[in-house]
Amino acid sequence: MRVDLHVNGGTVGVDVEPRCTLLDCLRDEIGLKGTHAGCEHGVCGACTILVDGEPARSCLMLAVQADGHTLTTIEGLSPGPGELSVLQDAFCEAHGLQCGYCTPGMILAAHALLARTLAPTRADIVAAISGNLCRCTGYGQIIEAIALAAERLRGANVGMGGTRR
Amino acid sequence: MSEPTAFKYVSHKRRVREDRRFVSGQAVFVSDIAPPGTRHAAVLTSPYACARIVSIDASEALAMPGVLAVVDGRELAAATNSLLIGVDAPLVKRYPMAAGRARYAGEWVAVVVAQSRALAEDAREKIRVAYEELPYVLDAEAAYRPDSIPVHPEHGSNVLLDRRFVWGDVDGAFAAAPHTMSYRVKWGRSATVPIETFGVVASWDPWREMLDVWASIQMPKFADQIARALRMPMSGVRVHQDVDVGGSYGVKRGIKHTVLAGFLARRLGCPVKLIEDRLENMRGGDMHGPERVFDVELAFDDAGLVHAMRMRAIDNVGAYAGRSPLQLGKPVGAIVGPYRIEAVAYHAIAVTSNKTPQEAVRGFGQAPTNYAIETGMDRVAEALGLDRLEVRRRNFIRADEFPYLIPSGTTYDSGDYHAVVAKTVRHAGWESLLAERDRLRASGRLAGIGIASCLEPSGANSSFEPLLNPKNTTTTWMESCRIMVDALGAITLTIHTTSAGQGHETLAATAAGEALDLDPDRIRVVRATSLESLPSNSPVGSRMAIMLGGAAYHAGHKVRDKLVAIAAHQWGVAPTNLRYRNGGVEDPNDGRALEWMDLVLIAHRHYHLMPPGMEPGIAVSHILQVPTGGGLPTPDGRIQMYPCFSFEFHLVLLSIDPEIGKPEIHRYVVGHDCGTVINPDIVRGMTLGGIAHGLGAALLEEFVFDGEGQLLTQSFMDYLLPSANEVPQVEIVHHVTPSPHTVFGQKGSGESGYLGAPAAISGAINDAVRPLGIRFESLPIRISAIGDAIAAATEGQP
Repeated sequence: MRVDLHVNGGTVGVDVEPRCTLLDCLRDEIGLKGTHAGCEHGVCGACTILVDGEPARSCLMLAVQADGHTLTTIEGLSPGPGELSVLQDAFCEAHGLQCGYCTPGMILAAHALLARTLAPTRADIVAAISGNLCRCTGYGQIIEAIALAAERLRGANVGMGGTRR
Repeated sequence: MSEPTAFKYVSHKRRVREDRRFVSGQAVFVSDIAPPGTRHAAVLTSPYACARIVSIDASEALAMPGVLAVVDGRELAAATNSLLIGVDAPLVKRYPMAAGRARYAGEWVAVVVAQSRALAEDAREKIRVAYEELPYVLDAEAAYRPDSIPVHPEHGSNVLLDRRFVWGDVDGAFAAAPHTMSYRVKWGRSATVPIETFGVVASWDPWREMLDVWASIQMPKFADQIARALRMPMSGVRVHQDVDVGGSYGVKRGIKHTVLAGFLARRLGCPVKLIEDRLENMRGGDMHGPERVFDVELAFDDAGLVHAMRMRAIDNVGAYAGRSPLQLGKPVGAIVGPYRIEAVAYHAIAVTSNKTPQEAVRGFGQAPTNYAIETGMDRVAEALGLDRLEVRRRNFIRADEFPYLIPSGTTYDSGDYHAVVAKTVRHAGWESLLAERDRLRASGRLAGIGIASCLEPSGANSSFEPLLNPKNTTTTWMESCRIMVDALGAITLTIHTTSAGQGHETLAATAAGEALDLDPDRIRVVRATSLESLPSNSPVGSRMAIMLGGAAYHAGHKVRDKLVAIAAHQWGVAPTNLRYRNGGVEDPNDGRALEWMDLVLIAHRHYHLMPPGMEPGIAVSHILQVPTGGGLPTPDGRIQMYPCFSFEFHLVLLSIDPEIGKPEIHRYVVGHDCGTVINPDIVRGMTLGGIAHGLGAALLEEFVFDGEGQLLTQSFMDYLLPSANEVPQVEIVHHVTPSPHTVFGQKGSGESGYLGAPAAISGAINDAVRPLGIRFESLPIRISAIGDAIAAATEGQP
């Protein structure tokens, strides 16, 4: 089936089997390898992307269901080649990762939180990432990274960046 | 780190250089790799715990468009050598797929290769296998009995390892002690379960006779084992080590996956990709961790001093043996924990069963052993009516006793356990912790405090191999680093293993930068393929800070020495009279100086200015032997195991809602001493992550099999990993006792947290439920078990 996906500011038309998941379509048809398969049954959150700005499990969606929707993957958050968004930079500053496998999904979940509020409580942050499993960090430095990004964004005169146009 | 530091880069907060590629989605994991023409594999697994494979009919599958091949275990076994196992049991053969007999539910039986993974899975459903079910054994004690059904009839029994060690006068100590006690604790079968499953891509080039391998692995001597199994020269297997590995913590060994993919790539003449899905990973990934029962006896006096211990540990390693039985060996190197127990008898048993095989899990058997020892410390305190903290303090090795030789032959390098405990207790406010526990109790909740003090043996050696396998006389477990300085003065450092989030590129650059007195950010770090590599034994056993950090430091010093020698030659003075600083060399007597580029230019261009006999260019390597390593065990099984011993002290306050049994952690404080910290953010992350992992083992995670050998917890819906909701905020209290054996005084920290958290959480729960007369003696302690036990204990009460 032919679907048009609005991904990271551009539009891509792809032919996919109806059974193809959005995750597989992004990775194998469009070549966006930053979205990862973890459990493929909707628990771990490694495949998290933003669909119309909201975090979604790309392993639980079919590509055909995303037709016409606006999608953001981790590749869409970098302002430019070699450049990091404030949130991505905060993950580096706080070392909010280790192996990096869950990181794209974690950052997109956090991006959606910070798009809603720049003054999240610790509980807000925990709730926002509670659907994303990380096996390396014990979450401490991830929570600190998101809090740091919020703090920096509160004091900045620029937006969150990301979602290249 | 608030402590002053003697170092310019080491111990300072510096960003972890690896992080940029991960936060931007630009990392390259194995599933991202697809050489042109890649075909995809899917495995068919046995539905039975034990069965004879009568016949396999793949005709329908092979007739499907896009299907290239179906291969079964017999064909594979005929073309490959049995995989290596750690213990001396040559008749326990192991091939990637079952050949004739399947020994656990989930074992690979056949593989389909097709144009896409989806097609391979479709075709897999069309394979018809006729099985004849056979009797099976699941329980370790049943498997240990001489009349048990053997999982490998050729081997004759299920016993892979059955060794008794006696170190010191154990019987005498027991006879003399005023008190003895015995207890049994069980460590449930869990694992590290990385979010990325195993995966491999193998590609065969028949013109160059080269097998290229990209794999998600953390495996010592990986290429060696692939080459042996595939009957190839090791120089014909090129393992690409620049693959980002999505978590491992021990388990990502991937030998059977790679042998299968390598065989298929050669047979079919195309790249073959095998990426486990989660079900394959949980059932047939062969990555389960220890499932261990401890029977412990302690001999102690009125003051609570433990004088002797007898420990029997039996581990159910599943249907095949890799390195898993050796996980009973590593704890020999810290068998008394941080305590002055004078005599120990240790009986280590590993048996096969019709369950999924085990693999190395974070700590390599040390976390279960620590749990058994710490349970004993709590029991001794309880028996004597003493404070649990005080009993530990009395038993600790004192700071002035290091280096300290334990009965099993290992000498602990350094430590100050009393200081770490005092610091941690002061930080936590022991009295206020007790008051908070009592306040929670008064509010109607069950509340308890847990304590665990334990060691993290680090700097992995493989001394447990000769200890448990007399045919194995390995006495080195080296690690290497190479540094090249090019003609323009840029520095490239090569490391020779994969890594999985431990920040080895940052580590190596920091250590070399410290040695070279140059900003580590100037040092490019690359990962060689296995063919270009110096010897490495991969990041196992908390070794890389010590071993890679040490190798990088020594290599940096060799560069430095060369530059000083070149400068000395220009001036006709002795190198010892010169000062190296910031990459340049000065003569303190007259202020003459040659800068980095001056010296590099001489080495690369001006042979006529070099000292006679010196090699031109700047390329050095260092291969580091494990400090204190090199010996074989004595006949009574005494051996120096690992060189360095980190210490951690956990304090947990939790409470339990008596209606539902759910524990809630209110406070988690850990005192941590891993010697000199090289990168504070990395060490902190390891500690926090290890505690979260330990929390999972204590409360949530278990591979549960039913009575027919079927794995019940085979998805993330029922094998529960801790989420951000379950993991508490953890306060870390730092202490630094440098190791005398390492270049900066560093020790290991990769396993920290995990080694003590299960014992501490278990202790807290038992402290909470003690008023009800309940005791939990196995892990994990699930909410349901707590709730049921509380209900049973309070039945009939108003």
